[in-house]
Amino acid sequence: MKVQVTVVPKSGVLDPQGKAIAGALTRLGFPGVGDVRAGKVFRVEIEAKTAAEASALAGQMAEKLLCNPVIEEYEAEVVE
Amino acid sequence: MSAGARPRVSVVVFPGSNCDHDAVHAVEATIGADARPVWHAGTELGRPDLVILPGGFSYGDYLRCGALARFSPIMDAVRAFAAKGGPVLGICNGFQVLCEAGLLPGALLLNSGQRFRCEDVFVRVETIRTPFTAELTKGDVLRLPIAHGDGNWRIEAEAWDDVTTHDQVVFRYCDAAGGRGTGANPNGSLDDVAGVCNRERNVVGLMPHPERASETMLGNTDGARLFRSFANGLLLGRTG
Repeated sequence: MKVQVTVVPKSGVLDPQGKAIAGALTRLGFPGVGDVRAGKVFRVEIEAKTAAEASALAGQMAEKLLCNPVIEEYEAEVVE
Repeated sequence: MSAGARPRVSVVVFPGSNCDHDAVHAVEATIGADARPVWHAGTELGRPDLVILPGGFSYGDYLRCGALARFSPIMDAVRAFAAKGGPVLGICNGFQVLCEAGLLPGALLLNSGQRFRCEDVFVRVETIRTPFTAELTKGDVLRLPIAHGDGNWRIEAEAWDDVTTHDQVVFRYCDAAGGRGTGANPNGSLDDVAGVCNRERNVVGLMPHPERASETMLGNTDGARLFRSFANGLLLGRTG
């Protein structure tokens, strides 16, 4: 199975990259660009019997390594 | 340590550390230390009086700065040493590693200006209740070099209350006269924080590089004051 963990800077935490990207999108002429959060995506192949098990493992990976809860938040999902 | 003996200093070397030799040299030159590099894959620190986590780019800054170094085998020994009250100093990347390892509060984000900053800055001593600032005076201004892209220290609001309540901010960026709010902060860190300590006060981390400003030949000896403070404290049996 394949799980996907998406990690982005928490709302309220300054994201210099996201801010610069928002500025660039606005300069390109995209109207109404608001807050942009630049983060990371991890796709992990994993042996699991059920999607629920895979999803739970992905959450643990995020909690223990992929995401630093002081500054980041994550979403974990099973993609395959 | 008995009087007259040389302080024993272990400098942890991660793959990607690049200020390890500087740190070894600085403590040899400033406090006559018996200093040795300790490879991260080992499990023994070698009975040091002080452990330094040096600057650099451990594990290529992959994932997050310091995030992977936290899992190096030697970190169990560092944790145990710190838990027994042993002094630990994290410089730049070493500070990032200590935050990721949970030995220091907060985390370090990309600089607010998105640029790697390599220059001298001024920092103000905010507490003398650490082994490295015990012989300084609160309000003292030090000129120290920085060289980092991720020095923007952040922490959650509740944890920040804890840090301030327990006097854990050790250094703040300032101007040459010790003033704040004048654009002296090079990375946008919360409340101009440049360095913090743990609640027990034996673990200290800072973004500036005292080891690069410890010899007359280098034109600046402000950094040596941190090492001397530690060494004299050791001689006097002072803790914290």
